Amino acid sequence: MSVTTQGSLGNAAVKTDQAAYAAIARAKRRDIIFSVGGLVVMAIAMTLLLTLIGDLVVRGLGRIDYDFLTNFPSRKAERAGILSAWVGSLLVMLVTALLAIPIGVAAGLYLEEYARKGWLANLIEINVANLAGVPSIIYGLLAVGMFVYGMNLGKTVLVAGMTLALLILPIVIVSTREAVRAIPKIIKEGAYGLGADQWQVMWNYILPAARPGILTGAIVGLSRAIGETAPIITIGALTFIAFLPPAPITGEFPFINFDWLNAPFTVLPIQMFNWVSRPQADFHTNAAATGVVLMALTLSLNGVAIWIRYRLRKGSRN
Amino acid sequence: MTNSAIPTGSELIKSGFVKRRRMIAGIMRVFLFLSAALSIFVTTAIVYILLRDSWPFFMQIPLTDFLFGTMWTPVFADPQFGVLPLLLATLQTAGLAMLIAIPFGLTMAIYLSEYAKPAVREVIKPALEMLEAVPTVVYGYFALLVMTPFLQQFVPGLKGINLLVPGIILGIMILPYVVSVSEDAMRAVPNGLREGAYALGMAKWQVAVKVVIPGAFSGITAAFILGMSRAVGETMVLAIAAGQNPNLTWDPREGAATITAYIVQMSLGDVAHGSLAYQTIFAVGLLLFLITLFFNVVGFYLRRKFREVY
Repeated sequence: MSVTTQGSLGNAAVKTDQAAYAAIARAKRRDIIFSVGGLVVMAIAMTLLLTLIGDLVVRGLGRIDYDFLTNFPSRKAERAGILSAWVGSLLVMLVTALLAIPIGVAAGLYLEEYARKGWLANLIEINVANLAGVPSIIYGLLAVGMFVYGMNLGKTVLVAGMTLALLILPIVIVSTREAVRAIPKIIKEGAYGLGADQWQVMWNYILPAARPGILTGAIVGLSRAIGETAPIITIGALTFIAFLPPAPITGEFPFINFDWLNAPFTVLPIQMFNWVSRPQADFHTNAAATGVVLMALTLSLNGVAIWIRYRLRKGSRN
Repeated sequence: MTNSAIPTGSELIKSGFVKRRRMIAGIMRVFLFLSAALSIFVTTAIVYILLRDSWPFFMQIPLTDFLFGTMWTPVFADPQFGVLPLLLATLQTAGLAMLIAIPFGLTMAIYLSEYAKPAVREVIKPALEMLEAVPTVVYGYFALLVMTPFLQQFVPGLKGINLLVPGIILGIMILPYVVSVSEDAMRAVPNGLREGAYALGMAKWQVAVKVVIPGAFSGITAAFILGMSRAVGETMVLAIAAGQNPNLTWDPREGAATITAYIVQMSLGDVAHGSLAYQTIFAVGLLLFLITLFFNVVGFYLRRKFREVY
């Protein structure tokens, strides 16, 4: 500020004092305006979102009952339910988790612990960063071209699970890398010093120590996958499914059945999209109810992830 | 190996233990490498599939007709393949989203990084993260059934299906992401710079505006560019609330199909594999991929540059 540089003697000094006080008062006022402005903007955004979510809950919560959860979709809004949708979501998530978590953790571990600095590691890193930004619908197109028609797998639970696994892979990779990077070097060096080879160190020391961080990333990824609609639409999942895929566990030998992987299916967000796009208000209520179920699922998954991270941070502080 | 004694080295070698361990370590090394290399494969596969399946389309339709044509009527008797209506709607909604996200996002990020007490931040950051997880189809529901009827009371001529509301909702949707990335950038500005500015007698807002924002500028820009990329590629909100009719318009009160909404619309119908309609999906998909790739590369570069500075 110019006033502070004019510090000369006599009357001028008194004058600059006053000017300086005025400048300070002005700066303080602006500070208050800034912080209040920040709070107001925050409050507006939060209120808007809470209103929207509240509206959804008010409209949808009353519709959720035992019948809604155990009925198939129907042409009559009051008899329609989300049984095939939530079972489908569950099965697709199972496939996604079984694929994305091992592969994502392995890739993250490689980039952090195995890869030497060089063009290859750099290339992989750029690819991961880029894949995180590719719109989900493009993954849908990839799945149509590669899985559905290229490999002739059809529009099945397996294809949807694989597509969503590719989609959340970057999330799992990034969180694994962060978790592994945070582990103190001493742990690794101690294990090597005792004669463990690289994989033994990874399996017995690095992975267990990184488990909470990895878990957080996996849960956040799955909560993203569970609400993802666009790629599932592009692979052409049917929206009217009034039957369940065959059960994965059977009463007869060998007790495990893989037919469900090849079954047609629907998932919760598709069901919601289907009901939102209909003109009748009754179906909109159904959509709201499905939305409540979906929000409850994703928010509780995220809540668990945040809680794990909170515990992790508290643990490391002690 | 006896129970009591620790096996000696030669015993371990003889029993094949060392060999086995080496094999396992080698196999795992290969598996880890393949997992990491999968990302290269996926990127290549995306480019390959988009090119392969849109190639026949570009063989039939001249590129200039595609890029500069003003009519998009691929399933009409007299089909026109000008992508401008879809592109304009896409950029218009993304632009509206940025109009919301930039001022709100910047204010919130400054507040969180410079003004908010740690306790406040500890509450707001996870809350923002939770909001990032709200499924997009739910936002689509908000746009079509809550926000549009509400805004119709105030905005004359607002149609039931329009570009304005999805634009606003999109802005709110990318807000958490934009805030968290730009706040990270602001917090990464070294404290020494802040302390130096305070020592020179600057007030908090001056530090924020004259030190932190210029210092984190490339990081903040990256946040907005990556947010823009998300807005361009977002699908469900637009498929639900912006309509499915290609419509070349500058008026956000009207509905118009975006690139993503068109892909959804065609996927919902039964499109024969290999038909021209099937190829149009991949043609516009390729365009969408290139646009988002451009934003992502710029954003990635800016973020990396920012990290190098500090």
